[in-house]
Amino acid sequence: MELLREYLPILIFLGIAVGLAVVIVVASLVVARQNPDSEKLSAYECGFEPFQDARKKFDVRFYLVAILFIIFDLEVAFLFPWAVSLGRLGLLGFWSMIVFLGVLTVGFIYEWRKGALEWE
Amino acid sequence: MAEGDFWSGYALPLVAMVLEILAIVVPLLLVVAYATYAERKVLAAAQLRKGPNVVGPFGLLQPLADGLKLFMKETVIPSGANRVVFAAAPMLTFVLALIAWAVIPFDPGVVLSNINVGILYLFAISSLGVYGIIMAGWASNSKYAFLGALRSAAQMVSYEVSIGFVMVTVLLCAGSLNISDIVLAQRHLWYVIPLLPMAVVFFISGLAETNRSPFDLPEGESELVAGYFVEYSAMTFALFFLGEYANMILVSAMTSILFLGGWLAPFGVPPFTWVPGPIWFFLKIAFCFFCFLWVRATFPRFRYDQLMRLGWKVFLPLSLFWLVLTAAFLTAFGMLPT
Repeated sequence: MELLREYLPILIFLGIAVGLAVVIVVASLVVARQNPDSEKLSAYECGFEPFQDARKKFDVRFYLVAILFIIFDLEVAFLFPWAVSLGRLGLLGFWSMIVFLGVLTVGFIYEWRKGALEWE
Repeated sequence: MAEGDFWSGYALPLVAMVLEILAIVVPLLLVVAYATYAERKVLAAAQLRKGPNVVGPFGLLQPLADGLKLFMKETVIPSGANRVVFAAAPMLTFVLALIAWAVIPFDPGVVLSNINVGILYLFAISSLGVYGIIMAGWASNSKYAFLGALRSAAQMVSYEVSIGFVMVTVLLCAGSLNISDIVLAQRHLWYVIPLLPMAVVFFISGLAETNRSPFDLPEGESELVAGYFVEYSAMTFALFFLGEYANMILVSAMTSILFLGGWLAPFGVPPFTWVPGPIWFFLKIAFCFFCFLWVRATFPRFRYDQLMRLGWKVFLPLSLFWLVLTAAFLTAFGMLPT
């Protein structure tokens, strides 16, 4: 019940926000005059006819950033519970996390030296 | 009897809840609308112009006129677009920018939902923001939109790591994930003083997280025209626009909560404590928001490699180092909250 009382407002808020977004878009769609033609509906490309599909190959470095992000974001996720309870964990808790962070730092230095963080 | 139970047990609390939510959403949307006006006025002042001054006194009705204009425009959905995802993306951005406010406390006890993992909730919601952008860029099937979305996504995830470390540093000092507790932990000293470098990192990462100048490469109007929302028009564009400004105000609010003591008065003595908490909170948000505009008026745009270098090679090591330093300091001197 505690959980429900705390999270129900958020759920209702979510419903209201979604409803508001849909109403805004649909109301504009209904009220404004729609007059589409094929030129208007083509992808924008500075006055050219779009001469290629947009879904083509892109730089692998974007993947690399995403992978690095996952590693570090997981690290942050581990840190959250540790940070709020460090007062009760004592020195053992402190040093365990330092070792964990140390291992990740070694990995970070490796990435840096390998040039995974370079652009250009 | 059963009917009475239904009314007092379910319907009335539900109506009260909806009214509470509207009491957050309506002022928020008004503030967002006037944030665009504030931006144009501040930029104009920085450039010795007048800014909007025609519609209404001092141009005060300008945001409403802009909204009405966008409302009456045609909603263009490109023929090559993935229609469902294309329509869902701005709605997602808008919804996420709104529901983050469910856990923001405006005064002691004045909060829609005082969940005990409030900071985690904020962190999660602001992380989801990247989906709206990726979906918009992908579904538009336009090169500019796609490139803008890729850049934006990479930039947002890069700076999110630093934001996470900064939040953990604040948690170490406050000892709670509950936002009201974090504010109350700053009764004697705002965290901006002991954690000044972290506050700066947080604010600059916030600029990058909301795709604001000087990190507005995703929009880069000289190369990508408008970035991920180039294909959007009418109210779908307006939702992105509202979402972006609501996010800026959210980052300002988060900066106020984590470092500037939320609703607390600067000094706990009478002339300051007479002013109600929500007013202080609003003033702090307004100050942070002004800094957003000030930065935009002052600095040139970063290059993309500079942006990535700053995020990964400066902010990440710095915030990690400061996190360990804070933890070590608090442990060594036995100052950890229990």
